[in-house]
Amino acid sequence: MIESAASSPEAVEAAWRRVQLARHPQRPRTLDLVPLIFEGFFELHGDRAFGDDAAIVGGPALLDGHPVMVIGHQKGTDTESNILRNFGSPHPEGFRKAQRLMRLADKLGLPVVTFLDTAGAFPGPAAEERGQAEAIASSIKLMTGLEVPIVVIVLGEGGSGGALAIGVGDAVLALENSVYSVISPEGCASILWRSRDQARTAAAAMRMTADDQVDLGVVDAIVAEPGDGAHTDHPATARALKAAILSALRRIAAGSAADLLTTRYARMRGWGAYLETGAGPSHPPEAPSLRRRLGRILRLPGAPRRPRWSDIWPSDDQDDESERGA
Amino acid sequence: MPIKFPFSRRAAPSDAWTKCPSCDAQVFSRQLERTQRVCPSCGHHFRMSVGERIDLLLDPASFEERDGGLEALDRLDFHDDRPYLHRLEAARVKTGLRDAVVWGIGRIDGQRVAIAIFDFRFMGGSMGAVVGEKLARCFETALAERIPAIVVSASGGARMQEGTLSLMQLAKTTAPLVRLDEAGIPFITVLTDPTTGGVLASFASLGDVVLAEPKALIGFAGARVASDTVGEELPEGFQTAEFLLAHGFVDAIVPRAELRAALSRLVRLLPVAAIGGDDVAGDDEDRTWGPIGALSGFAERLGGAVSETIGIDTDDGAATNGSHPSRPATATPSDAEERP
Repeated sequence: MIESAASSPEAVEAAWRRVQLARHPQRPRTLDLVPLIFEGFFELHGDRAFGDDAAIVGGPALLDGHPVMVIGHQKGTDTESNILRNFGSPHPEGFRKAQRLMRLADKLGLPVVTFLDTAGAFPGPAAEERGQAEAIASSIKLMTGLEVPIVVIVLGEGGSGGALAIGVGDAVLALENSVYSVISPEGCASILWRSRDQARTAAAAMRMTADDQVDLGVVDAIVAEPGDGAHTDHPATARALKAAILSALRRIAAGSAADLLTTRYARMRGWGAYLETGAGPSHPPEAPSLRRRLGRILRLPGAPRRPRWSDIWPSDDQDDESERGA
Repeated sequence: MPIKFPFSRRAAPSDAWTKCPSCDAQVFSRQLERTQRVCPSCGHHFRMSVGERIDLLLDPASFEERDGGLEALDRLDFHDDRPYLHRLEAARVKTGLRDAVVWGIGRIDGQRVAIAIFDFRFMGGSMGAVVGEKLARCFETALAERIPAIVVSASGGARMQEGTLSLMQLAKTTAPLVRLDEAGIPFITVLTDPTTGGVLASFASLGDVVLAEPKALIGFAGARVASDTVGEELPEGFQTAEFLLAHGFVDAIVPRAELRAALSRLVRLLPVAAIGGDDVAGDDEDRTWGPIGALSGFAERLGGAVSETIGIDTDDGAATNGSHPSRPATATPSDAEERP
């Protein structure tokens, strides 16, 4: 069997160590860093439709004296706060609160700074009932067209759609030991390896470390963490982040508003690798011939019927349920 | 399961009968073809291949595939129990497709549309870079040609084998929709069984009109994940088309036999917006916001509708447009070229 470079024991261990650091209980959370990076943060609550989701926090604040809109996932630090914050997994009202704050930023021309730190959007029935997928989709759509600069920071876990819902930006920075993935390593392992125990292997295979994300073009730059990781020194982490945010905002603000959206669009359009084989339409059916048309009208036996796309791409009624997406 | 006839020398081919997963009836496969893959005894909607969807929804011989040559690359060098490239090859052989989406230009009752159709048989309809690119091009073409965009979804979500690059397809497929909004191009989605994960969490939920097929599984997270998370029984009919309709996330549930007619009506009822300002001959000053501008736009459309009812609007939209320059609702590339 052909082995992937990502499946070597060293690569698996290295990837898993990053996942552990990204999930470290003492890792600085959004509300730990916001007072250290910004001044005068005023938290705003509620989506104006259903409720307030404590798994997403946000509000205006000053960055070096300039007003910005800050939005981030918020995990807890102990059992009690984790229950309040739903372990940082937002419900639809969290994303709708974020949308509300982004619209306000758009209205007033405030740059948006977001912090990603979630294992993923909450998957329970209450979330489905209130349109989890629609909330994420609408957030992504809003961010793709927001006419103010957006700087995104991957703090800890960048977990799938729940992260991307506040993660579309003009600059995406990642802390050194953060991770970003399309599905949690446990989820990926249980689908593709049919065992959650293979989470380490899945983590390596998905290339979810910050370094990998830079290589893939999803993250623009890495912000180095102090000492053995961000959990060892919150103020130093905040200083590094503040410098990185300011420099990213200066770079983005140098362009015009029209360029901002054009550049953001081009950036999104560029994601993903594919091959342009130059092959034409897969199998266009032949044009209806006179013989066929006459044959059909006269009901001649053996007259070929109208060509159908289902002759080329038929059903086979043998769906392979193991082929799943995230 | 092959069925043997004791009175026949030859066994029937194993695929002559299909068991309905809903009512357990054995349905003759030929009959299933004739009923558009709807179970004749219980109305269960079987999944359809992309070819069957094209035949179902579009005028005969009207579909022209675009970008059929795009192929996936293995950017991550991804291996689980077998390499991603082997999975892709197996899916290509099984389905005759290059990836999980086919898109092109077709006509519904003579009306040109840009349409993208998922095939669940290709790696669970999962969305990687090729699917994302095809959808983005579909939307961009709808924008350039000012024709409605339609997506028929059937997907498990983002393709894990492409890592975060597949997650980024959520943004790549959603960004063009902002431009469709600004340009006044309608976008319709049809959610079919199953539509979940990253596909539902991007363009599929964002149709100006969202239709669904009866009893289709539609949800954000897998039902097993949801029940593990909450550790309790899930509500009745959780993550079905009917559940989404009841909670306000789907506009209508349309049985397959009526789907083509529904799309045809919607494309007529939700026309592409008139191009404002100097772009349209004989229409400048009075095209403003407010009641007067809106009324003049309405009058224009009314004019268009009249010409349609008297049968001027044939299959050949370009010829019709040539003689009706005041009908921007069906603007074609030839109109666009005439502009300065």
